[in-house]
Amino acid sequence: MSLTESIARLRGPRLPRADGLIPWIVPAAIVLIWQVACATGFVPARVLPAPSDVALAGWKLLLSGELARNIWVSFWRASAGLLVGGGIGFAFGLANGLSQLSSKLTDTTLQMVRNIPHLALIPLVILWFGIDESAKLFLVALGVFFPIYLNTLHGIRTVDPQLIEMGRIYGMSDPELFRRVIFPGALPSIFVGLRFALGIMWLTLIVAEAIAASSGLGYMAMQAREFMQIDVVVLSILIYALLGKLADSASRALERLTLSWHPAFQKH
Amino acid sequence: MQEALHFGLPDAEAVGRVDYIEQARRLRRASSASSHGLPLTIRALRKSFGDNEVLRGIDLHVPAGQFVAIVGRSGCGKSTLLRLIAGLESIDAGTVSFGGETQPEDIRVMFQEPRLLPWARVISNVEVGLGRDRASVGASARAEKALIEVGLRDKRVEWPAALSGGQKQRVALARALVSDPRVLAFDEPLGALDALTRISMQRLLERVWGEQAFTAILVTHDVSEAVTLADRILVIEDGRIAHDVTVDIRRPRERGSADLAALEGSILRHLLNTADSP
Repeated sequence: MSLTESIARLRGPRLPRADGLIPWIVPAAIVLIWQVACATGFVPARVLPAPSDVALAGWKLLLSGELARNIWVSFWRASAGLLVGGGIGFAFGLANGLSQLSSKLTDTTLQMVRNIPHLALIPLVILWFGIDESAKLFLVALGVFFPIYLNTLHGIRTVDPQLIEMGRIYGMSDPELFRRVIFPGALPSIFVGLRFALGIMWLTLIVAEAIAASSGLGYMAMQAREFMQIDVVVLSILIYALLGKLADSASRALERLTLSWHPAFQKH
Repeated sequence: MQEALHFGLPDAEAVGRVDYIEQARRLRRASSASSHGLPLTIRALRKSFGDNEVLRGIDLHVPAGQFVAIVGRSGCGKSTLLRLIAGLESIDAGTVSFGGETQPEDIRVMFQEPRLLPWARVISNVEVGLGRDRASVGASARAEKALIEVGLRDKRVEWPAALSGGQKQRVALARALVSDPRVLAFDEPLGALDALTRISMQRLLERVWGEQAFTAILVTHDVSEAVTLADRILVIEDGRIAHDVTVDIRRPRERGSADLAALEGSILRHLLNTADSP
């Protein structure tokens, strides 16, 4: 038994399909306790509405079409920002990982920019773009740029030099070496970057929408606060949690699909 | 766990056919066509890394198809010599020639680490060895043939992570063999394997060398391995060839036999004497 196999086995046997419900036991229990606490009056409704009230508020918003519209707007902003910022970050990561010149030219600058919290730019962004779509897109793109850039760069830099030497010995051209050795070698690290980026993506969007927007989930929550609709506020927080989980599951599925060679992703 | 119980099996056939290698060699010598291997000629070869002169003038001629082992203490320059022969390092002075034009596919190297692509199936890893012919129509058939040669045909769609150390090294051997090389350089290829896997790998190496008749250059720190496998043993000391020993023992050689042990002892004495002297 190789070391990698032993490590994979330490993580326990793969759960059968019926046991796929196990991760949801804790969230379900929390909702249940929450409901009971509200129903008995232990928690006053103006502090925290009962889950049933939140569900009811969700149902009303769903019927009016407001909920779907706001989710769609936020989802669109998130994915467009991720695509633009992630794309640019990936391109810089590739360029700086593969070319010494490019790295010398841009890495120092990027590291300086990286240390500015991107949310600190919100006042500036509002002055530049107002509160229209480009402001949110800019902030999300800036937020996801760095985790993807850094992890792509790190992934490429840490590809096993012995494998690269092997590729050269066996006569691989530069594009072939990239396609067959460097890119697959960097992929696990790129996925780490993607998952970090997904977290930052939601965070940035919530803040940006709460401060400067006229639609979207963040806006919906801020509106609800104005009218003291605490159930809608809680609802939007829960939706963020669900969307975050969804994004993470999607990236995990993509990981499992492309990294099936990796011992950590193999079926037992 | 299962692996450990029958890991020697693919090579058991080699033990059965005791005279196989000798026969193959006789056939090869008898055929009028020149041997498949290439002769290797090295003249006044020098190599330094910074101020450290690693090779200080190597002169060597290896006839086509010979199995040469290079032994020496660590840091003596044996691995550098192999890397220069394989064209992995630039030459400071002197020449390395193979008696004519060579294609990159003619000279292959096998390292101590298997260096398999973890994200490619076993068969694709072997196809890498075809060099420029990788994309050709018969590529997968040739790769499969090489896998049969090393006894791993049933592993062709496995990921490398699912193989044992010895199996990985056999895939690396198949990758080196698939382009039908004329010179095969081994840099401690069995150094990371356990003792039993090592012996079965040595038998495999000897068998494929007997069948395919390439010129083999084996760098090793294991004198008994050198004595078992090689036609000729070069002892390198301080960047020069200190001893050039012909191993005139009939194949297949029996491990632990008296004449092998005697030869091993005398080479070890050479190495130890220089180690003790100031």
